[in-house]
Amino acid sequence: MITSIVRTAIVSLRRDRAALALSFVLPIVFFSIFAAIFGGRHDSTSKINVILVDEDHSRASADLLRGLQREGSLAIRTRPSSKTKEPLPEYTAATAEAAVQAGDAPVAVIIPHGFGDNPISFGGNQNGAAIQLLNDSSDMIAPQMVAGLLQEAGMTSMPEVMAEKGMKYTDQYIGGFTPAQRKQMNDNLEKLRQREDQPAAAGSKPTKTGSGSGPIAVKARAVVGQNKRNPMISFYAAAIGVMFLLFTASGSAGALLDEAESGTLDRVLSSRVTMTTLMMGKLSFNTLLAFTQLVVMFLWAWAVFKLDLFTHIPGFVVMGLCTAFAVAAFGMLLASLCRTRAQLGSLSTILILTMSAVGGSMFPRYLMPEAMQKAGLWTINAWAIDGFTKVFWRDLPVQELWQQVSVLLAVGIVLFVIARRVARRWEFA
Amino acid sequence: MRDLSAEGQGNPMNVTSMPEAPPQSTSSLLESIPLEVVSLAKVFGQVQAVDGISLTLRSGECLGLLGPNGAGKSTLIRSIVGRVIPDAGRISVFGSPANTSQARTALGWVPQELAVYPRLTCRENLAAFGRYHGLSGGKLAESVAWCLGWAALEDRADELAKNLSGGMKRRLNMAAGIIHRPRVVLMDEPTVGVDPQSRNRIFEMIGALRGEGAAIIYTTHYMEEAERLCDRVAIIDHGHIIAEGATEALIHDAFAQRSQVVAHFAGDPGVVSAWVEQHAGRLLDGAALFTIEDSTLIAGLLDDAARSGLKLLDVTLRRPNLESVFLHLTGRELRD
Repeated sequence: MITSIVRTAIVSLRRDRAALALSFVLPIVFFSIFAAIFGGRHDSTSKINVILVDEDHSRASADLLRGLQREGSLAIRTRPSSKTKEPLPEYTAATAEAAVQAGDAPVAVIIPHGFGDNPISFGGNQNGAAIQLLNDSSDMIAPQMVAGLLQEAGMTSMPEVMAEKGMKYTDQYIGGFTPAQRKQMNDNLEKLRQREDQPAAAGSKPTKTGSGSGPIAVKARAVVGQNKRNPMISFYAAAIGVMFLLFTASGSAGALLDEAESGTLDRVLSSRVTMTTLMMGKLSFNTLLAFTQLVVMFLWAWAVFKLDLFTHIPGFVVMGLCTAFAVAAFGMLLASLCRTRAQLGSLSTILILTMSAVGGSMFPRYLMPEAMQKAGLWTINAWAIDGFTKVFWRDLPVQELWQQVSVLLAVGIVLFVIARRVARRWEFA
Repeated sequence: MRDLSAEGQGNPMNVTSMPEAPPQSTSSLLESIPLEVVSLAKVFGQVQAVDGISLTLRSGECLGLLGPNGAGKSTLIRSIVGRVIPDAGRISVFGSPANTSQARTALGWVPQELAVYPRLTCRENLAAFGRYHGLSGGKLAESVAWCLGWAALEDRADELAKNLSGGMKRRLNMAAGIIHRPRVVLMDEPTVGVDPQSRNRIFEMIGALRGEGAAIIYTTHYMEEAERLCDRVAIIDHGHIIAEGATEALIHDAFAQRSQVVAHFAGDPGVVSAWVEQHAGRLLDGAALFTIEDSTLIAGLLDDAARSGLKLLDVTLRRPNLESVFLHLTGRELRD
């Protein structure tokens, strides 16, 4: 008897392609995404973009810059990328700060005037100028890594400076060197300088020796989100919000399938209502529903998690409506592609969870390999989250949202046009 | 609703010959014809669903559309309401091509499915479909009230559709099809799955609709319904109209003055079957059916049965009815 029940269940499952996909395809897709992000190959991990401003132009600062450039996990930029052949002027402290605020890079390192006079600070940099590390606090990992790598670069790329400072302290606190000792040390220092001046051979990257607080004085300062009461709330409100918006939109658009199945769609289309009118009506409703859902979620974030909603109303409304429109059109397309509710449920689950994972709804995209970050740009989630981050995190004005708004609107229009074409199967026989 | 009752209701005539009328222009003639279908054809893949059907529905008339499953009735109806695009032929509703705004306004469709919104109340459903047909304001409210009364749903007006009984759902389904007070109503098996009380109520509703002057096409598998409600009947099979006319005329055309004998015999079914076949009869649900030219011939038939050793249980002599015509014309093979 039990065998009969098992056999019946196996046959039913074998014929339910949607259930099969949910059972076997979705877990594999998810496993692959997470494996690529967290367990992935080291060489595919994305580099941290760092803007570097050398105000000192000393030998020490040049050595440090060279040391940072050798760091494989950093992508050092000293000037903005130019779309023409003419290079743009180098970053200054002010433009570097603005670039971090605009989200061009999570970290900027400013080597100030006078750094080279006293680059090493044992027990705090009482005399020298400290390196400034400007960071975007929405990225909690990048500044920590850069701070550590700064120390590593200081230790490995400025040996002669380290030795010179050591001798200076020895000379100052232990007693003077004999002329012979001083000559020998100067000769050795010169050798060190010559060695440092030679171009780095491939694979000659210094071995990592750890990081943390070290001999190079660094003053870190958050230039984005420094006044935020609850730093990650806006990110998660947008990230989780968009994911559930996608589910809601596809579920709501599924009413089309119910109506087609019950014959109501036929009846409606036999009235004065055309398919285009009907779909535009559904799109409008689903957009409003999604926007309302966002409003409720952000109000909750404001009430419970102190999200600063009411000073960002224009940006929220613009991003909210554009996101709602795009997800509503996405839902309409899914519904028009599917034949049954069950099919819609499975397809939407697979697509939305995948989009959400790749698009940054589950964890920030800056944690992902570069290729996956680029793949994320094919998702609604990524553009919506970027837009909401600009509004709530970077406090950027509405006009700075043009890129996200354009993409989301274009995506919405294209998906709706495709959905309308696919829906012709319901229109006439 | 426009009162069309004086425009030829209950005047069964051949489809191709219109009633005598004063000379008038072609366009005004067309505009006076509620529905005209000419040489309609539709193919789905390899299946010729409709193959050159022509029919005319006159004002105030109720035309019954009969046919086995898959005969082409639904395709015909869906073509008329603009849900199927025919491959050939012409459909006009009061002179306007099907699928135009004028045609849609004049047509009301009651599909076989319960095509209403289950989570809306009766009143909300009717209001929604009224708006889809362009009604608003006082006219919409008036029409909703009229439909609720027509369908005897006033006391359930604010009940969710999903909570209604089967009969009530059917009545709501009908009301939603005529909320815009159309002059031509297409009903696709509106009494499927309802109890006799609800069916009688639906017959009354259809009577009231005809009293308002609407012309009706009524599709059904219940022959007694067609006999009771329809002025004319068209029997469709394999995409063609194979017979058309008033019920009596169809019976006369098929059977003339012949009668049917229905008899039940005891004994070996094989022997009974062989004897029935030998006498050009048919077995239906255990009953032997014979068509005889004259009622006096029944005695000879029964004598022969006795001589053949069959024991007669009961016998009925009856006039052929619409079902007899239907089976006579469409055969007895199962269609699906």
